[in-house]
Amino acid sequence: MSLAGKRILIAKPGLDGHDVGAKIIALALRDAGAEVIYTGLRKAPEYIARVAVEEDVDAVGLSILSGSHVDLVRETARCLREAKAGNVKLFVGGTIPQEDNPALIEAGAAGIFNSSQRIEDVIAELARVLDAG
Amino acid sequence: MNKPEDINLEPAQPGFRTPSGIEVPEVATADMVDPARVGAPGEYPFTRGIFENGYRGRLWTFRQYSGFGSAEETNERYKFLIAQGQTGLSVALDLPTQCGYDPTDPMASAEVGKVGVSLSNLAEAEILFEGLDLAKLSTSFTINGTAAIVYAMYLAAADKRGIPRAKLTGTIQNDILKEYVARGTWIFPVRPSMRLIADSILYSNEQTPRFNPISIAGAHVRDAGCTAVEEIAYTLANAFAYVDELVARGANPNEFAKRLSFFFYVHMDFFEEICKFRAARRYWARKLKERYGVTDEKALMFRFGVVCGGSSLTAQQPLNNIVRVGIENMAAVLGGAQSIFTCAYDEAFQIPTETSAEIALRTQQIVAYESGISRTVDPLGGSYYVEWLTDRMEEEMEKVIKEIDDYGGTVRAVEDGYLQSRIARRALERKLDADKGERVVVGENYFRHAEQTSDFGEVFRMDPNISSKVVERFKRVKETRDNAAVTRALAKLREAAVKDGENLMPWLVDCCHAYATVGEMVSTLKAEWGEFQEPVRL
Repeated sequence: MSLAGKRILIAKPGLDGHDVGAKIIALALRDAGAEVIYTGLRKAPEYIARVAVEEDVDAVGLSILSGSHVDLVRETARCLREAKAGNVKLFVGGTIPQEDNPALIEAGAAGIFNSSQRIEDVIAELARVLDAG
Repeated sequence: MNKPEDINLEPAQPGFRTPSGIEVPEVATADMVDPARVGAPGEYPFTRGIFENGYRGRLWTFRQYSGFGSAEETNERYKFLIAQGQTGLSVALDLPTQCGYDPTDPMASAEVGKVGVSLSNLAEAEILFEGLDLAKLSTSFTINGTAAIVYAMYLAAADKRGIPRAKLTGTIQNDILKEYVARGTWIFPVRPSMRLIADSILYSNEQTPRFNPISIAGAHVRDAGCTAVEEIAYTLANAFAYVDELVARGANPNEFAKRLSFFFYVHMDFFEEICKFRAARRYWARKLKERYGVTDEKALMFRFGVVCGGSSLTAQQPLNNIVRVGIENMAAVLGGAQSIFTCAYDEAFQIPTETSAEIALRTQQIVAYESGISRTVDPLGGSYYVEWLTDRMEEEMEKVIKEIDDYGGTVRAVEDGYLQSRIARRALERKLDADKGERVVVGENYFRHAEQTSDFGEVFRMDPNISSKVVERFKRVKETRDNAAVTRALAKLREAAVKDGENLMPWLVDCCHAYATVGEMVSTLKAEWGEFQEPVRL
């Protein structure tokens, strides 16, 4: 599966410093042909939305392991809408209990990933959602 | 090749290399081991352990990491764990405290009390330790970016209760180098951070001689995807950077090295995990002697704590993790750990429930009191395989440490992002190996159900009002304290921050006594030192 031509922002919102997952995904998406921008740690949702607009990305992937995923997804989705980038697809990955999925989708997530998924499945799912527009 | 999801059968033979890539012999034999290198327990270079009598004098410390929400709830959990037989406290702090933000800071709002307890000022510390005998309990804090501040707060809390500082025992992690590489709670640039660490170590040596002012940690790089060999190598490279910093400040390694301690993960490869500790003990003692001329036996002793679990645990079929932690617990004991934390089976994914936390502690008690493995000192010493693997791992560690030395040392490798990107690449390789089924993870990529679920049974839910409770109390403290005294204390701290060679600890303790907040102290230091600029390099 290829992500050629797609621009994806991988972002770490909040204070959580566990960035291995974010970096693994960033490297893997790049290896799959996407142009990847990585924000680095501790970025506010406003900042993430601004970079998403400036870099004209197709998707934003948030990596969250601190348990604050629902709040941070909702806030980032709001900032994207305010920045007139509501069409940018928002994904989230991390340590996320399955029962939070409905809340995350309601908060604006177009896809939810966890570390036991295979990289190729994550890429395939991203490609599917992005190609569906 | 078969796809992992198709396989509920036996995986192919996993090969005869350890996860660190060491090719293992079919049978280890006497000619592969030099008996002279094995030595005796309690004797340099301590391959067989730092104590002559092993665990006979004293078992390891059972130290379960916990903390969440507000100080009251955490205090309650501590009292519960102590009543169940826990012998040391380990304080988990929330991210705002770890990153230097007050609970009212916009950066902090979503995270107050989430992954640990909020400890923003002395009033919170007083509640957190209420009714706990700090002169007897050893207390460990997983704190790095704000370690000097939290240590100062602990001293202030003890001072207020009239507990002599000399009686305090415990540990602050205080290992900033690995934060830049793998854990992410850095605040200041590398060089002033190194100064703050030297300040706290020197102050602690003098004021709290029984306290460990640093616990140099490999756990996080390991969990980030490094091998056991790299875990030890990166950690020792960091340790040498701290030793260099202290020596440059004129400190005597024969003294301060006695209080350096270490912290690692124990993952699933049983013998590699045991041997990495034996190899690390020997290598550390040898290097301190050869490179720094250390002669004091106590200063040459490699003391370490471990955590069993972390990324070796799976979200799928989580009860299997109880078995994993039990095996890892045994490896830690056979490797000679001084303190052990066994993860709860749900720990990698949520704050443990009381039930899962209790099973984790019971695991240690079963290993300690039923298995009999601690009855004699280093029962594996002299095993051809164990001694051979110890030697091989030491050789491999030395190679990795040399690569970092050749690059220009850890400080440089961290400042320009070299180590960070090396570890990220390694993490991706490991993930792809697991995806391809080359590394067997039972219940996750092999021997799994057709429909996988992550059912933890009971789910821990935090009281949703905790954050507002913490914020309310924080505001009240700021209103009722003597604000002029806070301003004066912070001004003195700022003056001291720009003076080379001035130890900041006494000024931080003064700030804490005045109820200055973590956020205020950090902002004061940031005003002089700035912030670390993360090299974003994929």
